[in-house]
Amino acid sequence: MSDTAVALQHDEHDAHAGHHGPQGILKYLWSTDHKVIAMQYLFTGMFMAVIGGFMAYVFRMQLAFPGISVPGFGQVSPGEYNALVTNHGTIMIFWVAMPVLVAAFGNYLIPLMIGADDMVFPRINRLSYQIFLLSALVLLGSLFVQGGGFGGAWTSYPPLSAVGAYNQTQLGSSLWLIAVALEFVAFLLGGINFITTLMNSRAPGMKAYDIPLVAWMIVIASILFMLSVGPLIAGAVMLLFDQTLGTGFYDPARGGDPILWQHLFWFFGHPEVYVVLLPAIGITIDIIATFARKKVFGYKMMLYTTVATGVLSFFVWAHHQFVAGIDPRMANVFTVTTLLISVPIAELLFVIIATLYGGSIRLTTPMLWALAFMAEFLIGGVTGIFLGASGADIYFHDTYFVLAHFHYTFFPIAIIGSFAAFTYWFPKMFGKMMDERLGKIHFWGTVIPFNFIFIPLFVLGMGGQHRRIYNYQHFPELASAEMYNLREIATYALLVMLTFQLVFFFNCIKSWMNGKAAGRNPWQSNTLEWTTESPPPHGNWPVDEMPNVYRGPYEYAHPDREEDYWPQNEPS
Amino acid sequence: MKPIATTRSATGVPTGRLAVWWLLASEVVIFGGLLGSYLMMRLGHPEWADAAMHTNTWIGATNTFVLLTSSFTAVLAHQAAEKGDGKKAAGLLVLTIGGALTFLAIKSFEWYTEISHGYTITANNFWSFYYTAAGLHALHVIAGAIIMGFVAWDAFRGRELQRVELIGIYWHFVDVVWIFLFPLLYIAK
Repeated sequence: MSDTAVALQHDEHDAHAGHHGPQGILKYLWSTDHKVIAMQYLFTGMFMAVIGGFMAYVFRMQLAFPGISVPGFGQVSPGEYNALVTNHGTIMIFWVAMPVLVAAFGNYLIPLMIGADDMVFPRINRLSYQIFLLSALVLLGSLFVQGGGFGGAWTSYPPLSAVGAYNQTQLGSSLWLIAVALEFVAFLLGGINFITTLMNSRAPGMKAYDIPLVAWMIVIASILFMLSVGPLIAGAVMLLFDQTLGTGFYDPARGGDPILWQHLFWFFGHPEVYVVLLPAIGITIDIIATFARKKVFGYKMMLYTTVATGVLSFFVWAHHQFVAGIDPRMANVFTVTTLLISVPIAELLFVIIATLYGGSIRLTTPMLWALAFMAEFLIGGVTGIFLGASGADIYFHDTYFVLAHFHYTFFPIAIIGSFAAFTYWFPKMFGKMMDERLGKIHFWGTVIPFNFIFIPLFVLGMGGQHRRIYNYQHFPELASAEMYNLREIATYALLVMLTFQLVFFFNCIKSWMNGKAAGRNPWQSNTLEWTTESPPPHGNWPVDEMPNVYRGPYEYAHPDREEDYWPQNEPS
Repeated sequence: MKPIATTRSATGVPTGRLAVWWLLASEVVIFGGLLGSYLMMRLGHPEWADAAMHTNTWIGATNTFVLLTSSFTAVLAHQAAEKGDGKKAAGLLVLTIGGALTFLAIKSFEWYTEISHGYTITANNFWSFYYTAAGLHALHVIAGAIIMGFVAWDAFRGRELQRVELIGIYWHFVDVVWIFLFPLLYIAK
């Protein structure tokens, strides 16, 4: 055989491999298909959520019943308690909210919604997940090294985080930092992919205002992440050098500045809230338009408002530092910007409410989740006003009021938003309908206990209960019977909520095994992902049937049409 | 077979070029954060000027010249690639890699001298920033040189010529970062 023939055969082989992908188990571990990578992110995120939930269970038991031997864990030492709360926060934000809302649904939905067969950089996409998986393993490993896991809070303030003699987890803190840095790299790679895919690979005819809002929101979130995380990456390198090489970037005794870390951290940390919020809002608006059978009220307004929120989110960070000794005049500026950002967020919620108005509402499980997202997030937003005002914040700072506030924002975002998306797109992902009755039991069994966990914590916070305390028995004024009652209510509610998650897992398995076949478009929705088979094949559509787009994504109940929906790919 | 997604260009800008610009946007804020921190602290610590006295401006200037010249060869490589001359583009990229290696060699000599005089990364915060910022930049030089090797190999065989431009954009960025580092770390005494 001549060299040319060998080369030809080789090329043919490559083309073949590229088309069908690797076979067997490798198909799932080494695939470049955006849907497989989305599943990898989704299941890793769900696995990490179980771990994060277990951590919450252990430290809530310790808080309500100090000194108890927690079933499944044993006695909690102070060091372990710190490691548990720190890693609970870190995991829930970086290894649950981000991978599920941004990476999993971004990967799954963006190519399908814009009518493409994959991302523009499939192999970088695969690399992104592999780095993410590595970061998760490093984080979990850091819990078991000598000295235990890092316990200096997810904000990792120096000098506590910088000096091994203070935090007593020399190795754990460095591994924690490396894990977070790797996770950032994974999301930068993924984010560049999302942005360029949305910009360049849209179906013929799909203009900027024809893109479903959830795809827009995930991409805007990726841009926010990219622009805010840079200074923290630099700051993390400096912190790592402080930990390992003995530099003094954050050590005041050597001319360093611990507040510098707080600025770098919160310059990222606050936009990060919107990085996870925007996808959740996008999911909500898509679900609500579908199940209200109405066009989104103010598509462009929604989009511009989102951009305004993103821009403003870069100018609010110091409201986390009102008690860190910043100039009170500076605090005033940040109070104003913080109160300002509630305007566009309120606008987003009003657009959703206006979309509901006069719709013919179908109360399916995903719709219930979407509505619950708005109701619960509203409480989180309103309590944020107290904390954004520097005067009130001086009292509330580092109490359970803050903790309850941000759980009222992050729980709706990361948990309710994810369940909304999961139950809505489950028929597309797995080709089967979920059981509605089990879904509703799970819904009420999650949302009601959630309020019973965190409303008592608001009360405790107003009563002066400080965060990061391992055992309140050592603080007589915080150890009254009333306060312990509230702590126990919160813990019992958590146990109820965690138990109801079993219903969810049961429902997933039951529906996946013998649910009703979903068909292409079970919700009579307009967007492109519903025009292909469920689950979509490799390549999403047959090559000669790639969709063209003729209209926006929310043309429900159009007066000229008999059917109350009008798919984007249907010629007029 | 390449995904259809990779063949589309709704914006009219090639996808690879878009991605490189977004990559650079993410890099700008990384270096921006680091240099911003340095500037804020330097303004609060006039005594850092004493430490800065010991950086070698002449070596810094030589390296600036080396890096700028290598950017020039990267532009010529792009021009050759535009004309479809992969072999010439590859040769010019190899020259650019040569510039990168010269830069790194001078840098190693410089650091070796400084460290042996006791100006290590832990000497004080000026030197901590000096090594962190220049080190992060040097990592970018190394990464760029390695990737350029792959691009040159492909270009020599006449494949993926558009990548010559992309690595060139990245290389100019590495250059521009140095243009900021040089006055901040060397000239400001």
